[in-house]
Amino acid sequence: MDFTRRELIAGCSALAIAAVLPSVAHAITTPEERETAIREATRGATVTPGRVTLGIPQVAENGLSVFTTVTVESPMTEADHVRAIHLISEKNPLPRVASFHLGPRAGRAKVSTNIRLANSQRVLAIAEMSDGTFWSDEKSVIVSIGACIDGG
Amino acid sequence: MALAVARVSMPATAKKGDIIEIKALMRHVMEPGYRSDNRGQIIPRDIVKSLSVMYAGAEVFRMEMHPAIAANPYVVFSTVAVDTGELVFTWTDEKGATTVEKKPLMVTA
Repeated sequence: MDFTRRELIAGCSALAIAAVLPSVAHAITTPEERETAIREATRGATVTPGRVTLGIPQVAENGLSVFTTVTVESPMTEADHVRAIHLISEKNPLPRVASFHLGPRAGRAKVSTNIRLANSQRVLAIAEMSDGTFWSDEKSVIVSIGACIDGG
Repeated sequence: MALAVARVSMPATAKKGDIIEIKALMRHVMEPGYRSDNRGQIIPRDIVKSLSVMYAGAEVFRMEMHPAIAANPYVVFSTVAVDTGELVFTWTDEKGATTVEKKPLMVTA
């Protein structure tokens, strides 16, 4: 599926107009939905800020594709490694963005991907360690043009 | 939409114990299911759900994706070169259709 730039802008405008109508199906994530997503990812465990570095632009010109890197301080040995990394959004239609499952054979705890951001918001990265602890980092991102996904 | 082309970029050879960087790209629309077409009809959701990477007898990396992953899902990760062999990348969409890409890795002592 290829959009011309003109079609994309027209489509986004149409959705922005649709957003003011009451019948829009997908609003942004509520704080409760975000909390639920965090609980799902952590199975209710306590999350401590630290050990995780979320690399994401402070200002994203295009919310359709924002290059995001998560690095976790870990020796990545059999005894002490990162099991999983979760990315959670605050103001996308759905709070879950991605989960990465790693292990000692990853060698280093660093992953990058391109994500969509519908609005300016905080992005949360949570790392699950092999000892069962959870660590996190959070960054605010200003999105100039939101991903055209919910009219937001 | 049938799953289409996947591309993987990684070294062809590595020393045993080296950490190699792998870049994997799958060509896919990642339609989130919120958008309307120009007749006002919702475009049905169509996303790749996961990427799994098998190497030397184990799954060394898995990524679960949601609609907030950008079109043409791209990921960079790493693995330790343990043995000469193939890395098998499997992308699976929501309907269970898979795309498989294989890359050989020659590991020297």
